[in-house]
Amino acid sequence: MASARPRFCARWRGCSRRWRGRSPEAVAYAAHADGVKAVLTVAENLGFWAGVFGQDRVAEALDRMNLRALADRRAANLSAGQKRRLGLARLLVTGRPVWVMDEPTVSLDAASVALFAQAVARHLAAGGAALIATHIDLGLATARVLDLTPFKARPPEDGGRRGAFDEAFA
Amino acid sequence: MIGLLIRDLRLAVRAGGGFGLGLAFFLLVAVIVPLGVGPEAATLAKIAPGILWVGALLSCLLSLDRIFALDFEDGSLDLLATSPIPLEGVAAVKALAHWLVTGLPLVAVSPVLGLLLNLPGPSYLWLVLALALGTPALSVIGAFGAALTVGLKRGGLLMSLLVLPLYIPTLIFGAEVVKRGAAGLSVGTPLALLAGITAGSLALLPFAAAAAIRVNLR
Repeated sequence: MASARPRFCARWRGCSRRWRGRSPEAVAYAAHADGVKAVLTVAENLGFWAGVFGQDRVAEALDRMNLRALADRRAANLSAGQKRRLGLARLLVTGRPVWVMDEPTVSLDAASVALFAQAVARHLAAGGAALIATHIDLGLATARVLDLTPFKARPPEDGGRRGAFDEAFA
Repeated sequence: MIGLLIRDLRLAVRAGGGFGLGLAFFLLVAVIVPLGVGPEAATLAKIAPGILWVGALLSCLLSLDRIFALDFEDGSLDLLATSPIPLEGVAAVKALAHWLVTGLPLVAVSPVLGLLLNLPGPSYLWLVLALALGTPALSVIGAFGAALTVGLKRGGLLMSLLVLPLYIPTLIFGAEVVKRGAAGLSVGTPLALLAGITAGSLALLPFAAAAAIRVNLR
Protein backbone atom coordinates (compact mmCIF):
# COMPACT_ATOMS: atom_id res chain seq x y z
CA MET A 1 0.00 0.00 0.00
CA ALA A 2 1.48 3.32 -1.00
CA SER A 3 0.17 6.68 0.00
CA ALA A 4 1.69 10.14 0.22
CA ARG A 5 -1.09 11.70 2.27
CA PRO A 6 -4.23 9.70 2.97
CA ARG A 7 -6.55 12.60 2.28
CA PHE A 8 -8.67 11.31 -0.56
CA CYS A 9 -10.32 8.33 1.01
CA ALA A 10 -13.98 8.06 1.80
CA ARG A 11 -14.17 7.41 5.51
CA TRP A 12 -10.64 7.62 6.86
CA ARG A 13 -10.05 10.06 9.66
CA GLY A 14 -8.33 13.24 8.60
CA CYS A 15 -9.34 13.07 5.00
CA SER A 16 -9.89 16.33 3.23
CA ARG A 17 -13.45 17.65 3.28
CA ARG A 18 -13.41 18.02 -0.48
CA TRP A 19 -13.19 14.28 -1.10
CA ARG A 20 -15.08 12.97 1.95
CA GLY A 21 -17.85 10.59 0.93
CA ARG A 22 -17.08 11.12 -2.75
CA SER A 23 -14.88 8.11 -3.22
CA PRO A 24 -16.44 6.86 -6.48
CA GLU A 25 -15.65 10.15 -8.21
CA ALA A 26 -12.09 10.10 -6.90
CA VAL A 27 -11.08 6.54 -7.75
CA ALA A 28 -9.51 5.24 -10.95
CA TYR A 29 -9.46 1.47 -11.07
CA ALA A 30 -7.24 -1.03 -12.88
CA ALA A 31 -7.53 -4.79 -12.50
CA HIS A 32 -7.01 -7.86 -14.69
CA ALA A 33 -8.93 -6.56 -17.69
CA ASP A 34 -7.40 -3.51 -19.35
CA GLY A 35 -10.52 -2.32 -21.17
CA VAL A 36 -8.54 -2.21 -24.40
CA LYS A 37 -10.36 -2.51 -27.74
CA ALA A 38 -8.39 -4.68 -30.14
CA VAL A 39 -9.51 -2.95 -33.35
CA LEU A 40 -8.65 0.56 -32.14
CA THR A 41 -5.11 1.93 -32.18
CA VAL A 42 -3.21 2.65 -28.98
CA ALA A 43 -3.79 6.39 -29.32
CA GLU A 44 -7.49 5.89 -30.07
CA ASN A 45 -7.94 3.66 -27.03
CA LEU A 46 -6.25 6.17 -24.76
CA GLY A 47 -7.95 9.15 -26.39
CA PHE A 48 -11.34 7.56 -25.76
CA TRP A 49 -10.71 7.12 -22.03
CA ALA A 50 -9.25 10.63 -21.78
CA GLY A 51 -12.44 11.95 -23.40
CA VAL A 52 -14.65 9.97 -21.03
CA PHE A 53 -12.85 11.51 -18.06
CA GLY A 54 -12.78 14.97 -19.63
CA GLN A 55 -8.99 15.11 -19.92
CA ASP A 56 -6.59 15.60 -22.83
CA ARG A 57 -3.22 14.41 -21.56
CA VAL A 58 -2.92 11.55 -24.06
CA ALA A 59 0.48 12.52 -25.47
CA GLU A 60 1.95 12.86 -21.99
CA ALA A 61 0.60 9.47 -20.92
CA LEU A 62 1.98 7.84 -24.08
CA ASP A 63 5.42 9.21 -23.27
CA ARG A 64 5.28 8.22 -19.61
CA MET A 65 4.49 4.58 -20.36
CA ASN A 66 6.85 4.45 -23.35
CA LEU A 67 4.05 3.88 -25.87
CA ARG A 68 4.89 6.73 -28.23
CA ALA A 69 6.35 4.44 -30.91
CA LEU A 70 3.26 2.20 -30.75
CA ALA A 71 0.68 5.02 -30.87
CA ASP A 72 -0.68 4.13 -34.32
CA ARG A 73 -0.55 0.36 -33.89
CA ARG A 74 -3.80 -1.54 -33.46
CA ALA A 75 -4.13 -2.88 -29.94
CA ALA A 76 -4.73 -6.36 -31.39
CA ASN A 77 -1.06 -6.44 -32.41
CA LEU A 78 0.34 -5.52 -28.98
CA SER A 79 2.17 -7.99 -26.77
CA ALA A 80 0.75 -8.75 -23.31
CA GLY A 81 3.19 -6.37 -21.65
CA GLN A 82 2.48 -3.57 -24.13
CA LYS A 83 -1.24 -4.04 -23.63
CA ARG A 84 -0.73 -3.85 -19.88
CA ARG A 85 1.24 -0.61 -20.26
CA LEU A 86 -1.64 0.78 -22.28
CA GLY A 87 -4.04 -0.28 -19.50
CA LEU A 88 -1.89 1.52 -16.93
CA ALA A 89 -1.48 4.59 -19.14
CA ARG A 90 -5.27 4.87 -18.86
CA LEU A 91 -4.82 5.74 -15.17
CA LEU A 92 -2.67 8.70 -16.20
CA VAL A 93 -5.39 10.18 -18.41
CA THR A 94 -8.20 9.86 -15.83
CA GLY A 95 -6.92 12.76 -13.74
CA ARG A 96 -8.31 11.02 -10.64
CA PRO A 97 -6.52 11.30 -7.30
CA VAL A 98 -6.88 7.72 -6.00
CA TRP A 99 -5.56 4.81 -8.04
CA VAL A 100 -6.80 1.37 -7.00
CA MET A 101 -4.88 -1.44 -8.69
CA ASP A 102 -4.91 -5.21 -8.53
CA GLU A 103 -1.58 -6.77 -9.56
CA PRO A 104 -0.67 -3.97 -11.99
CA THR A 105 2.75 -5.44 -12.81
CA VAL A 106 1.48 -8.75 -14.24
CA SER A 107 3.21 -9.45 -17.59
CA LEU A 108 5.47 -6.37 -17.31
CA ASP A 109 9.25 -6.72 -17.69
CA ALA A 110 11.66 -5.12 -15.21
CA ALA A 111 12.10 -1.93 -17.24
CA SER A 112 8.35 -1.44 -17.54
CA VAL A 113 7.86 -2.08 -13.82
CA ALA A 114 10.39 0.70 -13.13
CA LEU A 115 8.51 2.94 -15.57
CA PHE A 116 5.26 2.19 -13.78
CA ALA A 117 6.83 2.80 -10.35
CA GLN A 118 8.04 6.17 -11.64
CA ALA A 119 4.53 7.06 -12.78
CA VAL A 120 3.11 6.10 -9.37
CA ALA A 121 5.81 8.11 -7.57
CA ARG A 122 5.00 11.16 -9.70
CA HIS A 123 1.30 10.71 -8.98
CA LEU A 124 2.01 10.57 -5.23
CA ALA A 125 4.25 13.62 -5.42
CA ALA A 126 1.37 15.51 -7.04
CA GLY A 127 -0.80 14.76 -4.01
CA GLY A 128 -2.46 11.58 -5.25
CA ALA A 129 -2.81 8.24 -3.50
CA ALA A 130 -2.53 4.67 -4.67
CA LEU A 131 -3.79 1.40 -3.22
CA ILE A 132 -1.94 -1.47 -4.84
CA ALA A 133 -2.34 -5.21 -4.35
CA THR A 134 1.03 -6.58 -5.44
CA HIS A 135 3.39 -9.47 -4.80
CA ILE A 136 6.57 -7.71 -5.93
CA ASP A 137 8.33 -4.72 -4.40
CA LEU A 138 7.77 -1.64 -6.55
CA GLY A 139 10.58 0.24 -4.77
CA LEU A 140 8.37 3.12 -3.66
CA ALA A 141 10.10 4.95 -0.80
CA THR A 142 6.85 6.26 0.72
CA ALA A 143 4.96 2.97 0.47
CA ARG A 144 3.28 1.56 3.53
CA VAL A 145 2.91 -2.19 3.42
CA LEU A 146 -0.27 -3.79 4.66
CA ASP A 147 0.41 -7.52 4.93
CA LEU A 148 -2.89 -9.32 4.57
CA THR A 149 -1.57 -12.80 5.43
CA PRO A 150 -2.81 -12.75 9.07
CA PHE A 151 -6.30 -11.88 7.81
CA LYS A 152 -6.51 -14.76 5.35
CA ALA A 153 -9.82 -16.60 5.29
CA ARG A 154 -9.75 -19.78 7.38
CA PRO A 155 -12.30 -22.50 8.06
CA PRO A 156 -14.14 -22.01 11.39
CA GLU A 157 -12.39 -25.00 13.03
CA ASP A 158 -9.03 -23.25 12.52
CA GLY A 159 -10.19 -20.13 14.28
CA GLY A 160 -11.88 -18.43 11.32
CA ARG A 161 -14.99 -16.37 11.85
CA ARG A 162 -18.23 -18.27 11.22
CA GLY A 163 -20.22 -16.77 8.37
CA ALA A 164 -17.16 -15.34 6.67
CA PHE A 165 -16.30 -16.83 3.26
CA ASP A 166 -18.81 -19.59 3.70
CA GLU A 167 -18.80 -20.40 0.04
CA ALA A 168 -15.09 -21.14 0.13
CA PHE A 169 -15.51 -23.94 2.66
CA ALA A 170 -18.97 -25.20 1.84
CA MET B 1 -20.83 10.81 -24.14
CA ILE B 2 -20.07 11.91 -27.71
CA GLY B 3 -16.70 10.21 -27.37
CA LEU B 4 -18.46 6.97 -26.40
CA LEU B 5 -20.82 7.28 -29.39
CA ILE B 6 -17.92 7.87 -31.76
CA ARG B 7 -16.01 4.93 -30.32
CA ASP B 8 -18.99 2.58 -30.67
CA LEU B 9 -19.59 3.65 -34.26
CA ARG B 10 -15.90 3.25 -35.01
CA LEU B 11 -15.86 -0.23 -33.46
CA ALA B 12 -18.92 -1.17 -35.53
CA VAL B 13 -17.43 -0.16 -38.88
CA ARG B 14 -13.95 -1.60 -38.28
CA ALA B 15 -13.21 -5.19 -39.23
CA GLY B 16 -15.37 -7.67 -37.32
CA GLY B 17 -17.61 -4.97 -35.94
CA GLY B 18 -20.75 -6.46 -37.42
CA PHE B 19 -21.84 -3.42 -39.40
CA GLY B 20 -23.99 -4.53 -42.31
CA LEU B 21 -24.77 -7.96 -40.87
CA GLY B 22 -28.27 -6.92 -39.89
CA LEU B 23 -28.73 -5.19 -43.21
CA ALA B 24 -27.65 -8.27 -45.16
CA PHE B 25 -30.00 -10.42 -43.09
CA PHE B 26 -32.91 -8.04 -43.76
CA LEU B 27 -32.12 -8.21 -47.47
CA LEU B 28 -32.00 -12.01 -47.42
CA VAL B 29 -35.34 -12.29 -45.63
CA ALA B 30 -36.99 -10.04 -48.20
CA VAL B 31 -35.46 -12.00 -51.07
CA ILE B 32 -36.22 -15.44 -49.64
CA VAL B 33 -39.87 -14.89 -48.73
CA PRO B 34 -41.11 -14.50 -52.36
CA LEU B 35 -39.25 -17.71 -53.19
CA GLY B 36 -41.10 -19.55 -50.46
CA VAL B 37 -44.53 -17.98 -50.87
CA GLY B 38 -44.61 -17.92 -54.65
CA PRO B 39 -44.61 -15.07 -57.13
CA GLU B 40 -48.33 -14.09 -57.02
CA ALA B 41 -48.22 -10.30 -56.82
CA ALA B 42 -51.47 -10.04 -54.87
CA THR B 43 -50.33 -12.43 -52.11
CA LEU B 44 -46.97 -10.68 -51.78
CA ALA B 45 -48.58 -7.24 -51.61
CA LYS B 46 -50.81 -8.52 -48.83
CA ILE B 47 -48.03 -9.93 -46.66
CA ALA B 48 -45.32 -7.38 -47.52
CA PRO B 49 -45.85 -5.03 -44.53
CA GLY B 50 -45.73 -7.91 -42.05
CA ILE B 51 -42.70 -9.54 -43.67
CA LEU B 52 -40.76 -6.26 -43.76
CA TRP B 53 -41.49 -5.56 -40.12
CA VAL B 54 -40.65 -9.09 -38.95
CA GLY B 55 -37.45 -8.89 -41.00
CA ALA B 56 -36.50 -5.57 -39.43
CA LEU B 57 -37.19 -6.95 -35.98
CA LEU B 58 -35.12 -10.11 -36.46
CA SER B 59 -32.17 -8.30 -38.02
CA CYS B 60 -32.23 -5.89 -35.08
CA LEU B 61 -32.17 -8.88 -32.74
CA LEU B 62 -29.07 -10.30 -34.46
CA SER B 63 -26.64 -7.72 -33.17
CA LEU B 64 -28.20 -6.96 -29.79
CA ASP B 65 -25.96 -9.10 -27.60
CA ARG B 66 -22.94 -7.12 -28.79
CA ILE B 67 -24.23 -3.93 -27.18
CA PHE B 68 -22.83 -4.71 -23.74
CA ALA B 69 -21.25 -8.18 -23.96
CA LEU B 70 -18.06 -7.07 -25.74
CA ASP B 71 -17.48 -4.25 -23.26
CA PHE B 72 -18.14 -6.64 -20.41
CA GLU B 73 -15.61 -9.18 -21.69
CA ASP B 74 -12.67 -6.78 -22.02
CA GLY B 75 -13.39 -4.94 -18.78
CA SER B 76 -14.50 -1.68 -20.41
CA LEU B 77 -17.94 -1.90 -18.83
CA ASP B 78 -16.45 -1.95 -15.30
CA LEU B 79 -14.35 1.07 -16.20
CA LEU B 80 -17.30 2.89 -17.76
CA ALA B 81 -19.34 2.18 -14.63
CA THR B 82 -16.70 3.97 -12.52
CA SER B 83 -16.31 6.83 -15.03
CA PRO B 84 -17.94 10.27 -14.81
CA ILE B 85 -20.57 9.26 -17.41
CA PRO B 86 -23.73 8.06 -15.66
CA LEU B 87 -24.58 4.45 -16.49
CA GLU B 88 -27.97 5.61 -17.76
CA GLY B 89 -26.14 7.78 -20.27
CA VAL B 90 -23.92 4.85 -21.27
CA ALA B 91 -27.02 2.70 -21.91
CA ALA B 92 -28.72 5.46 -23.91
CA VAL B 93 -25.63 6.19 -26.02
CA LYS B 94 -25.07 2.51 -26.73
CA ALA B 95 -28.70 2.09 -27.80
CA LEU B 96 -28.31 5.13 -30.06
CA ALA B 97 -25.12 3.71 -31.59
CA HIS B 98 -26.92 0.40 -32.18
CA TRP B 99 -29.76 2.22 -33.91
CA LEU B 100 -27.40 4.24 -36.12
CA VAL B 101 -25.58 1.07 -37.14
CA THR B 102 -28.59 -1.25 -37.50
CA GLY B 103 -31.91 0.59 -37.53
CA LEU B 104 -31.09 3.55 -39.73
CA PRO B 105 -29.70 1.46 -42.64
CA LEU B 106 -32.86 -0.70 -42.45
CA VAL B 107 -35.02 2.40 -42.79
CA ALA B 108 -32.92 3.53 -45.75
CA VAL B 109 -33.14 0.29 -47.76
CA SER B 110 -36.75 -0.59 -46.88
CA PRO B 111 -38.30 1.09 -49.98
CA VAL B 112 -36.11 -1.07 -52.24
CA LEU B 113 -37.18 -4.21 -50.42
CA GLY B 114 -40.77 -3.00 -50.58
CA LEU B 115 -40.38 -3.05 -54.34
CA LEU B 116 -39.13 -6.67 -54.18
CA LEU B 117 -42.23 -7.63 -52.21
CA ASN B 118 -44.62 -5.70 -54.47
CA LEU B 119 -45.68 -3.30 -51.74
CA PRO B 120 -48.63 -1.17 -52.96
CA GLY B 121 -47.68 2.32 -54.13
CA PRO B 122 -49.14 4.64 -51.49
CA SER B 123 -47.60 2.80 -48.54
CA TYR B 124 -43.88 3.42 -49.26
CA LEU B 125 -43.91 6.70 -47.39
CA TRP B 126 -45.68 5.06 -44.45
CA LEU B 127 -43.26 2.12 -44.44
CA VAL B 128 -40.26 4.45 -44.14
CA LEU B 129 -42.00 6.62 -41.56
CA ALA B 130 -43.15 3.65 -39.48
CA LEU B 131 -39.69 2.05 -39.52
CA ALA B 132 -38.03 5.39 -38.68
CA LEU B 133 -40.40 5.80 -35.71
CA GLY B 134 -40.36 2.16 -34.60
CA THR B 135 -36.75 1.00 -34.92
CA PRO B 136 -35.41 3.28 -32.14
CA ALA B 137 -37.76 1.41 -29.79
CA LEU B 138 -36.31 -1.89 -31.04
CA SER B 139 -32.78 -0.70 -30.22
CA VAL B 140 -33.56 0.66 -26.78
CA ILE B 141 -35.69 -2.33 -25.75
CA GLY B 142 -32.87 -4.52 -27.03
CA ALA B 143 -30.31 -2.58 -24.99
CA PHE B 144 -32.41 -3.31 -21.91
CA GLY B 145 -32.48 -7.03 -22.78
CA ALA B 146 -28.73 -7.00 -23.38
CA ALA B 147 -28.18 -5.30 -20.03
CA LEU B 148 -30.28 -7.95 -18.27
CA THR B 149 -28.20 -10.80 -19.70
CA VAL B 150 -24.74 -9.18 -19.69
CA GLY B 151 -22.20 -11.49 -18.06
CA LEU B 152 -24.25 -14.64 -18.63
CA LYS B 153 -22.56 -17.42 -20.56
CA ARG B 154 -24.38 -17.81 -23.87
CA GLY B 155 -26.89 -15.18 -22.80
CA GLY B 156 -27.79 -14.40 -26.40
CA LEU B 157 -30.55 -16.99 -26.67
CA LEU B 158 -32.05 -16.04 -23.33
CA MET B 159 -31.94 -12.42 -24.41
CA SER B 160 -33.88 -13.21 -27.58
CA LEU B 161 -36.55 -14.92 -25.50
CA LEU B 162 -36.75 -11.91 -23.19
CA VAL B 163 -36.73 -9.27 -25.89
CA LEU B 164 -38.99 -10.74 -28.60
CA PRO B 165 -42.21 -10.50 -26.53
CA LEU B 166 -41.36 -6.89 -25.74
CA TYR B 167 -41.11 -6.20 -29.48
CA ILE B 168 -44.71 -7.32 -30.13
CA PRO B 169 -46.47 -3.93 -29.64
CA THR B 170 -43.99 -2.20 -31.94
CA LEU B 171 -44.48 -4.94 -34.53
CA ILE B 172 -48.29 -4.80 -34.36
CA PHE B 173 -48.58 -1.04 -34.70
CA GLY B 174 -45.70 -0.71 -37.15
CA ALA B 175 -47.18 -3.28 -39.53
CA GLU B 176 -50.64 -1.78 -39.04
CA VAL B 177 -49.42 1.63 -40.20
CA VAL B 178 -48.10 0.14 -43.42
CA LYS B 179 -51.20 -2.04 -44.01
CA ARG B 180 -53.54 0.91 -43.55
CA GLY B 181 -51.31 3.06 -45.71
CA ALA B 182 -51.51 0.41 -48.44
CA ALA B 183 -55.31 0.29 -48.20
CA GLY B 184 -55.55 4.07 -48.28
CA LEU B 185 -57.04 4.29 -44.78
CA SER B 186 -56.14 6.81 -42.10
CA VAL B 187 -52.92 5.86 -40.29
CA GLY B 188 -53.12 8.41 -37.47
CA THR B 189 -53.98 6.06 -34.60
CA PRO B 190 -51.37 3.30 -35.12
CA LEU B 191 -48.74 5.90 -35.96
CA ALA B 192 -49.45 7.78 -32.73
CA LEU B 193 -49.34 4.55 -30.72
CA LEU B 194 -46.07 3.54 -32.39
CA ALA B 195 -44.54 6.92 -31.59
CA GLY B 196 -45.86 6.62 -28.05
CA ILE B 197 -44.20 3.22 -27.53
CA THR B 198 -40.90 4.59 -28.85
CA ALA B 199 -41.07 7.73 -26.71
CA GLY B 200 -41.96 5.71 -23.62
CA SER B 201 -39.14 3.22 -24.12
CA LEU B 202 -36.64 5.98 -24.83
CA ALA B 203 -37.63 7.75 -21.63
CA LEU B 204 -37.74 4.76 -19.28
CA LEU B 205 -35.56 1.91 -20.51
CA PRO B 206 -32.10 3.54 -20.23
CA PHE B 207 -32.76 3.74 -16.50
CA ALA B 208 -33.92 0.12 -16.35
CA ALA B 209 -30.88 -0.96 -18.39
CA ALA B 210 -28.51 0.92 -16.06
CA ALA B 211 -30.12 -0.73 -13.03
CA ALA B 212 -29.74 -4.16 -14.65
CA ILE B 213 -26.05 -3.51 -15.42
CA ARG B 214 -25.45 -2.44 -11.82
CA VAL B 215 -26.95 -5.73 -10.61
CA ASN B 216 -24.91 -7.76 -13.10
CA LEU B 217 -21.60 -6.03 -12.34
CA ARG B 218 -21.91 -6.53 -8.59
